[in-house]
Amino acid sequence: MADGLQPTTEAIRVEDLHKSFGSLEVLKGVSLTAHEGDVVAIIGGSGSGKSTMLRCINFLETPTSGRIAIAGEAVAMRPTGAPADRRQLERIRQSLGMVFQQFNLWSHRTVLENLIEVPVQVMKCPRGEAMDRARKLLARVGLAEKEAAYPAFLSGGQQQRAAIARALCMEPKAMLFDEPTSALDPELVGEVLAVIRDLAAEGRTMILVTHEMKFAREVASHVIYLHNGRVEEEGPPDALFGDPKSERLKQFLRSVS
Amino acid sequence: MFALSATAAELLAWSPPRMGATLVAGLGNTILIALGAYGMGLVIGVAGAFGKLYGGPVTKDLLAVYTTLVRAVPELVLLLLITFAAKDGINKILTSNGFDPIDFSGVVAGIVVLGVVQGAYSTEVLRGAIQSVPAGQIEAARAMGMSPGKIARRVTLPLMTSAAVPGLANLWLTVTKDTALLAVIGFIELTKATSLAAGTTKSFLTFYLAAGVLYLMLSLVSGLIFGRIEKWARRGQRTLAGGGM
Repeated sequence: MADGLQPTTEAIRVEDLHKSFGSLEVLKGVSLTAHEGDVVAIIGGSGSGKSTMLRCINFLETPTSGRIAIAGEAVAMRPTGAPADRRQLERIRQSLGMVFQQFNLWSHRTVLENLIEVPVQVMKCPRGEAMDRARKLLARVGLAEKEAAYPAFLSGGQQQRAAIARALCMEPKAMLFDEPTSALDPELVGEVLAVIRDLAAEGRTMILVTHEMKFAREVASHVIYLHNGRVEEEGPPDALFGDPKSERLKQFLRSVS
Repeated sequence: MFALSATAAELLAWSPPRMGATLVAGLGNTILIALGAYGMGLVIGVAGAFGKLYGGPVTKDLLAVYTTLVRAVPELVLLLLITFAAKDGINKILTSNGFDPIDFSGVVAGIVVLGVVQGAYSTEVLRGAIQSVPAGQIEAARAMGMSPGKIARRVTLPLMTSAAVPGLANLWLTVTKDTALLAVIGFIELTKATSLAAGTTKSFLTFYLAAGVLYLMLSLVSGLIFGRIEKWARRGQRTLAGGGM
């Protein structure tokens, strides 16, 4: 979390979030606050609800109940948890860059077309301006030569870096990463983590669901450990990884190290 | 009357009373009906496929009834039903309300009947194609704030095209040949034109062979066009043949 002495702006707030799939309750009241510049890492075992929690922030999963506010603006929800105002949600989604485990680049568009698609088609940014921005971002993630390539012809690491550039090209207020390295061959993980580390260093607000504990410890300003749909323990990374309080977290850290 | 000894070349010559022009005019009508029915089928198919996948329960049920019925009943029966039964019924209603009766020409009846049939098959082809679109790519579009309409146009439709083209090419070839059914209601498409010409000249072999060649040419040209479309729709995909970019 941001150091309490400086006034910081709230970027993402999740309050008392519940989510059930049928009779299975996956999230049992979880909360999270990220101020501008925070990097919040969500860790936990398989089935702990960490991905679901992240996906509820931009309503890719519809919460069952709870409150979600982005940059101080609460997402309008029906009593069922479903979003009440499609246009508001679309606008809020444009301010959140999402990066998926499976990259999810559009396979019928080149890398450059992937980057400019939403800025040009949805956000009405002039094409030339979007292309300039996209080329700068591609250079930054080391893909300047690949702008005309189709995603299927890139390695997993290159696809994920392109996907990160695509999210950045919307100039989002915050980035959401859903296990960004879990689908990658081990030797390709490093290049993707390097890009994310670089983003953290420039003070981007990020929520990161990850299995990479060393990486979480290194880049996160705050770590949340989820177990069975509840926040079991949270705090600064050094405290959480260096001196875990709960027995479950101790067990979890032993099992992944 | 033609001499029975007339050569095939003479019989198929262009200018009247030779029958070449008759056959080609018949082919023109065949293509016209096929294009009309195919286009109508595609429009019904796109709407039907999205309706079947994303519509409410009533829409889904109605579409299920439509695709089941239309695919179960022979096209010929549907054709006779619409041309004669529906025509009588609709015109009775129109005249009893003081309107002029509609003239169900062969073209209109043909396009409507074959279009409705095509629509049922297109619905199923396109439904399968939509389901083949990787869910993650649609999810990425949602996550980035695209509206449902924009997702359909910019993501779903282009991605489903490659999966739909082989099935849609089949449907096109089917509809070009189904136009021959219109011969039954007296509409002069290629088959009817052929039987007229053959009957007049008694040169059955020549004319039916000529008609066969025309149908074959139509299908060969169609194959070339669909091949182009498929290649375009598959841009960005790796192929089994190992094709590059």
